[in-house]
Amino acid sequence: MIEIDNLSKTYGERRILRHCSLSVNRGETLVVIGASGSGKSTLLRMIIGLATPDDGTILVDGQDVHALAPAELSRLRRRMGYLFQSGALINWLTVRDNVALPLVERGKTVDSEIDDRVERALRNVGLSGTEKLMPSQLSGGMRKRAGLARSLVTDPEIILYDEPTTGLDPVTAHIIDQLVVELRAKLGVTSVVVSHDMEGVYRVADRVAMLYDGRIIATGTPGEFRDAGDPIVRQFVSGALDGPLGDRSAGPRPKSASPPNREEEGAPPQGSPNKE
Amino acid sequence: MKWMNRMLEGAGYAMDVACRSVGYMFRRPRLAMTARLAYDYGLKSLPVVLVVAFFSGMILSLQIGIQLAANGQEELLGIVVAQTFAREFGPFMTCIILVGTAVSAFAAEIGTMKVSEEIDALEVMSIDPVGYVAAPRILALTAMTFFLTLCADAVGMLGGGIVAVTQLGLPWQVYMDRALTTLEGREWFGLPKDLYAGLLKAGITGFVIASIGCAQGLRAQGGALGVGRSVRRAVISSIVLILVISYVLTWFAYRAFAS
Ligand SMILES: Nc1ncnc2c1ncn2[C@@H]1O[C@H](COP(=O)(O)OP(=O)(O)O)[C@@H](O)[C@H]1O
Ligand SMILES: [Mg+2]
Repeated sequence: MIEIDNLSKTYGERRILRHCSLSVNRGETLVVIGASGSGKSTLLRMIIGLATPDDGTILVDGQDVHALAPAELSRLRRRMGYLFQSGALINWLTVRDNVALPLVERGKTVDSEIDDRVERALRNVGLSGTEKLMPSQLSGGMRKRAGLARSLVTDPEIILYDEPTTGLDPVTAHIIDQLVVELRAKLGVTSVVVSHDMEGVYRVADRVAMLYDGRIIATGTPGEFRDAGDPIVRQFVSGALDGPLGDRSAGPRPKSASPPNREEEGAPPQGSPNKE
Repeated sequence: MKWMNRMLEGAGYAMDVACRSVGYMFRRPRLAMTARLAYDYGLKSLPVVLVVAFFSGMILSLQIGIQLAANGQEELLGIVVAQTFAREFGPFMTCIILVGTAVSAFAAEIGTMKVSEEIDALEVMSIDPVGYVAAPRILALTAMTFFLTLCADAVGMLGGGIVAVTQLGLPWQVYMDRALTTLEGREWFGLPKDLYAGLLKAGITGFVIASIGCAQGLRAQGGALGVGRSVRRAVISSIVLILVISYVLTWFAYRAFAS
């Protein structure tokens, strides 16, 4: 369904992605994990044509996203949903109008059906009763869920989620994960989920890919990731302080005798306060 | 050379936004949203336009009136004030005020939408941001520029008249008579030329500066800093273009098509 081939992207001097290849089958949920700033959002943005790769191709359902004419891209995007990291609700519309927007703009749905579908989408993400609120009146997690309702309301075949559960409380995160699983089971939705919440990864993933230093360094089932041998993958999955990730010195350095770094960025240790 | 490139790129993009917006105004006008924007950015700018126009009229009348009175020509004052406002002052001050109240706001608002991914969200939903966000703003501001300029012209002449009566002892009747006759005097395609040339100039300028504000907003990148940069660029280009457009259109109206 989605074929990413030899993708490279540079911002200024910084190489965000280099020669990434990845494929997602129809009806499959692929989770891409990686530290913040590793280029996960950039990868998702390129899949839907919001960012342009320097090199490489992306095929969605056989169509080259970055070679399509605007009208064709528009048609392809109508079959896709995209959850932005921050929700990206239109600031002057109420929650209800935001969720209804894609239906209203398509102009094919009658008003009563729009109401039904908006209500159902909001109920699915646990936001019933917030219809009349403005985006500025919502918490970050609520905004993200309203954004999710907006991307689900059109029943897309492909959904790209940018950190769907980051910033949510554990129960709500579980509900959202459940929703992702249900969408795949009931409607056969193809999904790419970007995440660094490992608990959620195990719940939703059919397959996992890990992005590190601009490359896909590992792909496999969640089970394979749990028992990974690769020191980088193992450290990320376990959230351990000690290991090649987040180390100041260049290059992977799989040794453990050195004293633990206190100012790790990638994976803060549980229970220890942030020291300045 | 880099800034030159960037400027040309910006100008090209603004033109692209302007042209596509015109297309959307006909294909999909979004009148409700346009009306709301016209109220927010046009009508709410009316008080400041009125105050500025009123005082400018008084100042102009006083400055010129003293000179004219020295030569015993004070009854020409109505002509001077009416012509100055209709041809140049009304359109100019309206547009400059709108740069502050509307163009900068367009750039800031749309720029914020851009950096908070709202513009991207529209694109992902296959909604063209130019049609959804820019076109209604450009249409609203263009329409309101006509209206505000007309108000500025009227209030400027009123302010000038009050000074003429109270400071220079000119009868109201004489001032107004001269003012209105001179505006009606010169016809252009059957309409009072000075008034309409000024209004047309204002409308065109309003369209251009609104397009610049929206285009700069749509090009914003890099958080709050980027939004600030967009606003600054929009304001600078708008002020420069107001003067350039005014000169070019004045040349067309009074040199190329002099009647
Ligand atoms: N539009 C942009 N211009 C310049 N740099 C960018 C831009 N978008 C992202 N980046 C950089 O690319 C890197 C990857 O960003 P992103 O894909 O958002 O990471 P992630 O989602 O994995 O946290 C970051 O270091 C970020 O600074
Ligand atoms: Mg991200």
